Amino acid sequence: MKPHPAPNPRTSSLLKIGAALSFIIFITTAVTTVSSGERARTGGRETPLRTGSPRPARTAQDRAESVEAFGKVYKVLMSPRCLNCHPAGNVPLQGDDSHLHTMLPQRGVDGKGVFAMKCGNCHQATNTPGRHTPPGNPEWHLPPANMKMVFQGRTPNQLAKQLVDPKQNGRKSMKELLEHADDTLVLAGWHPGEGRTLPPMSHAEFKKAWTTWLEKGAVAPAP
Amino acid sequence: MLNLTINKKAYHVDVDPDTPLLWVLRDTLGLVGTKYGCGVAQCGACTVHLNGEAVRSCVTKVSRAVGQKVVTIEGLAEKADHPVQKAWLELDVAQCGYCQSGQIMSAAVLLRENKNPTDADIDAAMAGNICRCGTYLRVREAIRLAATSQRKAGNG
Repeated sequence: MKPHPAPNPRTSSLLKIGAALSFIIFITTAVTTVSSGERARTGGRETPLRTGSPRPARTAQDRAESVEAFGKVYKVLMSPRCLNCHPAGNVPLQGDDSHLHTMLPQRGVDGKGVFAMKCGNCHQATNTPGRHTPPGNPEWHLPPANMKMVFQGRTPNQLAKQLVDPKQNGRKSMKELLEHADDTLVLAGWHPGEGRTLPPMSHAEFKKAWTTWLEKGAVAPAP
Repeated sequence: MLNLTINKKAYHVDVDPDTPLLWVLRDTLGLVGTKYGCGVAQCGACTVHLNGEAVRSCVTKVSRAVGQKVVTIEGLAEKADHPVQKAWLELDVAQCGYCQSGQIMSAAVLLRENKNPTDADIDAAMAGNICRCGTYLRVREAIRLAATSQRKAGNG
């Protein structure tokens, strides 16, 4: 077997320099690519979003449309039909003035009340006829104690960020957030029972704004 | 015909499914221990147990109770000797007595779920039962007594 020739020391040095240069060029290119990719995806200013979160806005127009859509979303979410079951405390709110629910029912661990004061004890599967009677829905409840999803007192900026944060939104993915527009309790806001005002726009308008806000980047309005 | 199970007894009633359970209990079946107070789930006088939960029978359609287990004050204990009932008598809780069946049914749910309730637990559980005579302090005391009796009897 013919032995390998001993490498020429000069050739060997050139090869080492070439390999090092190639490595440096590769690393530089790779870092530049990741960096520009990250900028493209984040618009250069936004915090990278977690898996399952909405895609950041791609253009200034997207951002503007997203913020404008959230303005409509916010009006609905802060209306009594939504706000009343997203209180800052542990007692739901009631009425168009969002006063504390009479009898002071408590949230409980699962959001369905405590002991003899569970939501479903009075709130039936459908609205009870008459004014000042309990509105109904089979799923009637507050958010649970370990994720209160508070709307009351939130600014547009705070609420927008909260809604897309899986640690604060019920661990909802982008797909689940989009679907949430048709959630049975969300829809109940547009069938509130006698004597209660409706949210400030139709459900179709709300859903369109909700979808636009999310799909255009779920941009939070300026604080 | 609707099939109901009330106090472990089967009933077949010919009523509109939208009829409030309270009316079926009182007018159709003659179980008048459960009272009508407000008719809009504001006072708690009509509280009965539906699968163990303290529902307001004035706003609960009888159709919700079909195939489920309903317990009224008449069936809470076979000899009317539930710890809450005994405590009620011992402390003379009732003044006019109109609200007491609802109060007792709510208290029974509390003591089933919480064997040693604090005053805050009692207040949270009983906030939906109004007493126009204002016997709230005796109601609270009776629930404390019932909780103690229940624990001593080994049921707590």
